[in-house]
Amino acid sequence: MKRLTAGITIALSASVATWTAASDDIEAVLQNSFIAKNQATMDRLERDAVQTVCSAPRGMPLDNDTLTTLREQRLNAVALPANGHYLGDWQRGAEVAGSGRGLQSNDDPTQPNGGNCYACHQLAPDEVAYGTLGPSLMGYGARGQSEAMLQYTWTKLWDTHAYNLCSHMPRFGAQGILTEQQLKDVMAYLLDPASPVNQPAE
Amino acid sequence: MKKRNLGFTLLAAWLCAVQIAADDGVFDQYRDLMGDDNPAVFVIDEGEELWFSPQGPKSATLEACDLGLGPGETAGAYVRFPRYFADTDAVMDLEARLVHCMTTIQGRDLETVTAKPYSLRGDFGTEIEALVTWLAAESEGATIAPEQTHAAERAMYTLGEEIFFYRAGPHDFSCATCHEQSDMRIRLQALPDLTSHAGAAEAWGSWPAYRISQGLVRTMGWRLRDCFRQQRWPELQMGSEASIALQTYMAVNAAGGIMTGPGLKR
Repeated sequence: MKRLTAGITIALSASVATWTAASDDIEAVLQNSFIAKNQATMDRLERDAVQTVCSAPRGMPLDNDTLTTLREQRLNAVALPANGHYLGDWQRGAEVAGSGRGLQSNDDPTQPNGGNCYACHQLAPDEVAYGTLGPSLMGYGARGQSEAMLQYTWTKLWDTHAYNLCSHMPRFGAQGILTEQQLKDVMAYLLDPASPVNQPAE
Repeated sequence: MKKRNLGFTLLAAWLCAVQIAADDGVFDQYRDLMGDDNPAVFVIDEGEELWFSPQGPKSATLEACDLGLGPGETAGAYVRFPRYFADTDAVMDLEARLVHCMTTIQGRDLETVTAKPYSLRGDFGTEIEALVTWLAAESEGATIAPEQTHAAERAMYTLGEEIFFYRAGPHDFSCATCHEQSDMRIRLQALPDLTSHAGAAEAWGSWPAYRISQGLVRTMGWRLRDCFRQQRWPELQMGSEASIALQTYMAVNAAGGIMTGPGLKR
């Protein structure tokens, strides 16, 4: 495991060097341009491997082996539900999907975070205020509840980069944005046949 | 005064009408309805007054302030920002330049004038906001043409591009997360593609803007700070290198577009 990590670090440095040459001191610029505010602390400006690789401007060439290795690393790090049960309560999941609060400097850190799914995705047909940055997930439950489907959906929510490296979507599980229970509730909102997501559009 | 009442009546009627279908079309309709009536006019007047008001230990007006076109030249100055100034040996945005003039020409204290550049909800607007709004109005209809002749100005563009794509924070958000694709929206809010000329020109040219939902004029500096709040980053500082770099990136992408601001937004 240790050797694998070292290999990734070297590979990343090599690929990153192909496009960051313009300003080596971007971290210093950011440290001097921002100040910590409430829970939004300065360490948030430090990037991990995914963030560093995915900061390449669109169209910049990245080394394929690096990307594959990093993607596999993310896939291996996904934590499936401890008790093997993937589906929670779709009604609580609806609240998580609709709430955009959490982790902003002006948010109360004692309150639960939202997933803000509607910012980017269409879900229930009767909610018209949905964003379009992500694909429509209306009728998502039609895909069924096979073990493969449950694991795929969970992984997508936990760490989107496990399948689609440099996707715009946040890593709701891996970054601790949502709790395991909240993720289960969102799973139910997506997959439960009774969920509004899976009702026919009127 | 009559103008103001009409504006607020229309605003109230409009706010009732858009509770549900608050999409961009409705905002366009509202803007059409308002015509030339933008509550920003009061802020523009205030900014002009402030420019010509003696302030600070030196009891000086800002008429000696050089915004790049010579001391006191305000018409068409806004659209040339951000730009390099030899006297500070730095690329500055308009807000940073105004702070420079307040501290040097008027002799005011740097910490005091930068303590609260942007108003909070429920406040009256700040001095910086009023001055920027008036100066934007002094460039209304002008072609966006930021300077890119000095090496420092070109370096600032490159830095801005790099920061634009920099992903960080618990949500892995960069500016590009929302602003590198065309015809996208968050909820019902349309998102400009700031990597394209059309998107950048529309966005850069329409700020500062009177934000109907906040009852305040907001500057581009504020817009950036609030984007980073939503990105879950720490707080962007007015006049900081990152702020100026991002504005340079946007302004240069917008070059050739028309300054339509001070605008009117949701």
